[in-house]
Amino acid sequence: MEESYEVREGVLIVGLGHELDDHCATRIRLKTDEWILEGGIQGILFDFSETVFMDSSGIGMIIGRYKKMKARGGFVGVAGVGRNINRIMEISGLYKIIEVFEIQK
Amino acid sequence: METNQMTLEFDSISANESFARVAVAAFASQLNPTLEEIEDIKTAVSEAVTNSIIHGYEKKHGMVRLEARLDFIRNELSLIITDWGCGIENVPRAREPLFTTKPELDRSGMGFVFMEVFMDGLEVESRLNQGTVVRMRKIISKQPEQ
Repeated sequence: MEESYEVREGVLIVGLGHELDDHCATRIRLKTDEWILEGGIQGILFDFSETVFMDSSGIGMIIGRYKKMKARGGFVGVAGVGRNINRIMEISGLYKIIEVFEIQK
Repeated sequence: METNQMTLEFDSISANESFARVAVAAFASQLNPTLEEIEDIKTAVSEAVTNSIIHGYEKKHGMVRLEARLDFIRNELSLIITDWGCGIENVPRAREPLFTTKPELDRSGMGFVFMEVFMDGLEVESRLNQGTVVRMRKIISKQPEQ
């Protein structure tokens, strides 16, 4: 399953697929950067509701987007994080910079 | 049956990252791991194979070899991931958290850390311009009989 992109109230919501590895991260990096460069979004929210696997490539991709959004005065958040991916985020220290949101379907 | 082994060799393309981790998870299921142990193994395999593809071959074409061995006496999975790519100049530094040679590609520098955290043993052997061998093992907890 590929990712979905939707803007809601100025926030780009990236609905992540089943897995987030290097293969997917490369694709998401290019796509989200198009949105960032275009301007007009205040934040990016990565929705993990459907995601069951992530490795360090996912962490790198999120931190990269965080740096770009922060430089533009924006934010990056995550939502719908399950137990396994939560563990990866905790070990990597991602929660020190990334906000956790609840998402309403 | 005391051991069981398998070897896979595949192209260094990113689509094979998921193939490799799913294949190892399926093979290791013979040791009856918990869901969390399977996730640990999948993450560690993904990190090692991604390293070979991105850093070892820098996205150029090459082969990655993945050997897996199950030991039913020790209840242990051993993995050897080999590439014949550019090698790692300084292995101790590469293993440090957040160290990466490719920040421009948004690499987090956490790959070896995850391998270390999620497995019970990690050895990295590398020679410049010759390649890298990553050895990992994981002890699978014995589940109580049903």
